[in-house]
Amino acid sequence: MSVIVAKELTTALTALREHGDARLIQGGTDLMVEINFNHVKPTTMISLRDIKSLRMIRTDTPGIMSIGSGVPYSVIEGEPVLTAIPALAQAARTVGSPQIRAAGSLGGNLGTCSPAGDTLPVMFALDASIHLSAIDSSRVVSIHDFMTGVKRSVRQHDEIITAIDFPIINGWQGYSKVGVRNAMVISVASACLVADHENADVRIALGSVGPTIIRCRAAESWLKTTLDLSTRSTISLDVANEFGRRAAEESSPIDDHRSTAQYRRHAISVLASRLLRKAYQ
Amino acid sequence: MSANEFYSLNVNGETMSVQDSWVGESLLYVLRERLGLPGTKGACEQGECGSCTVLMDGEAVCACLVMAATAVNSEIVTVEGITTDSELTDVQQSFVEEGAVQCGFCTPGLIVAVHHLLGKNPQPSEFEIKEAISGNICRCTGYGRVFAAVEATIRSRNDSK
Ligand SMILES: Cc1cc2nc3c(=O)[nH]c(=O)nc-3n(C[C@H](O)[C@H](O)[C@H](O)COP(=O)(O)OP(=O)(O)OC[C@H]3O[C@@H](n4cnc5c(N)ncnc54)[C@H](O)[C@@H]3O)c2cc1C
Ligand code: FES
Ligand code: FES
Repeated sequence: MSVIVAKELTTALTALREHGDARLIQGGTDLMVEINFNHVKPTTMISLRDIKSLRMIRTDTPGIMSIGSGVPYSVIEGEPVLTAIPALAQAARTVGSPQIRAAGSLGGNLGTCSPAGDTLPVMFALDASIHLSAIDSSRVVSIHDFMTGVKRSVRQHDEIITAIDFPIINGWQGYSKVGVRNAMVISVASACLVADHENADVRIALGSVGPTIIRCRAAESWLKTTLDLSTRSTISLDVANEFGRRAAEESSPIDDHRSTAQYRRHAISVLASRLLRKAYQ
Repeated sequence: MSANEFYSLNVNGETMSVQDSWVGESLLYVLRERLGLPGTKGACEQGECGSCTVLMDGEAVCACLVMAATAVNSEIVTVEGITTDSELTDVQQSFVEEGAVQCGFCTPGLIVAVHHLLGKNPQPSEFEIKEAISGNICRCTGYGRVFAAVEATIRSRNDSK
């Protein structure tokens, strides 16, 4: 049988170890496009669609919401994620159309690992961790180590992404994306900003402006030394714009069919500045 | 490597067997070319146009992005199965009456998407209607008549309560 529709994770993991040529499929919203256009010619397929354990949202560890790799965006858009991780719900809501959101998943966004993947900046800004399982081992990898390049990650062939752990932050978080219209748009530039009130710091991660998602560590620490964020007071336009300029400096965008490097850098400076002012409104 | 797949799908309440198919075939292809159900349309085959919208376990999805052989445990409803009556549904009737059908290519996908919307949310706002059909591209009508048809359906459902 060349299509294995697994109902249990162990069935999928065993099949994956056995078949060196096997490809995993969850929602199919990335992979089927490749197959329909003959870019990928599958021989053995392992479907994760019917594995219930990958569709769970767990909160048993205090301070963490763990989202199964197969939970569709249509679920992530709503509660309980909307309240716990609003930036992730916002990012999920910007993906494709209702039909795409009913099928697409975080596992697939990570499996594809495109710098334009909308949920990845949220994972980078929140320091999310990725759970990977093989038939005889499992590991948890920080998102910062997981993504290594354009469509590249440290996932090994025999590993399945099972869940993503998001720390619950006391503070503000938001995701913004620039594209040519509202529905069905791959981002030209995007940013996720997290204002962590407990640690009195700000984190920002950028999408679509480099080979991986970019965390702007220099802009983050500049802000922390410039302002006392523990007062949570409003941020002046000058400081916000300077923060935006510094964030854009850390991006490394390219010209491609969707936009130019120059426009992307400008878009990042605006997104970063706006998100920062919103966070401390 | 050749792969002659044999499997059954549950489509419109019937078990239908698929024979001699290739592993990578989409549900759109299988419905149209193997199961004799051409109501579901295909245009882009990349999830952009929504003309292939079907219900899978009650959710509206693009059939072109479903690998058919992975859908064996799901209940699939196509535009042909949206009603068991020989009559048009109220949504279909409103599309006809409001002139929401021009070339008609997008219509089956829109009909499925609108049934899905009104099934989940009987009183959608204008914004919710727009969002619900944002994945269905229509290059003829300009959408005005499509919105009119959705609103007419909602009115007639409210009146008959
Ligand atoms: C019309 C359209 C619009 C889109 N718009 C957006 C958008 O706005 N933003 C965006 O970010 N993306 C967008 N996408 C891309 C896609 O929807 C997302 O990347 C989605 O998250 C993919 O999830 P999936 O479950 O459908 O992945 P699949 O297609 O099933 O899989 C994608 C890849 O990940 C691998 N994979 C899947 N699950 C796992 C797992 N558990 N472990 C390991 N590997 C796995 C697969 O082997 C495959 O290589 C769009 C796609 C389409 C067709
Ligand atoms: S054919 Fe499936 S969305 Fe266009
Ligand atoms: S009626 Fe022609 S595409 Fe909609």
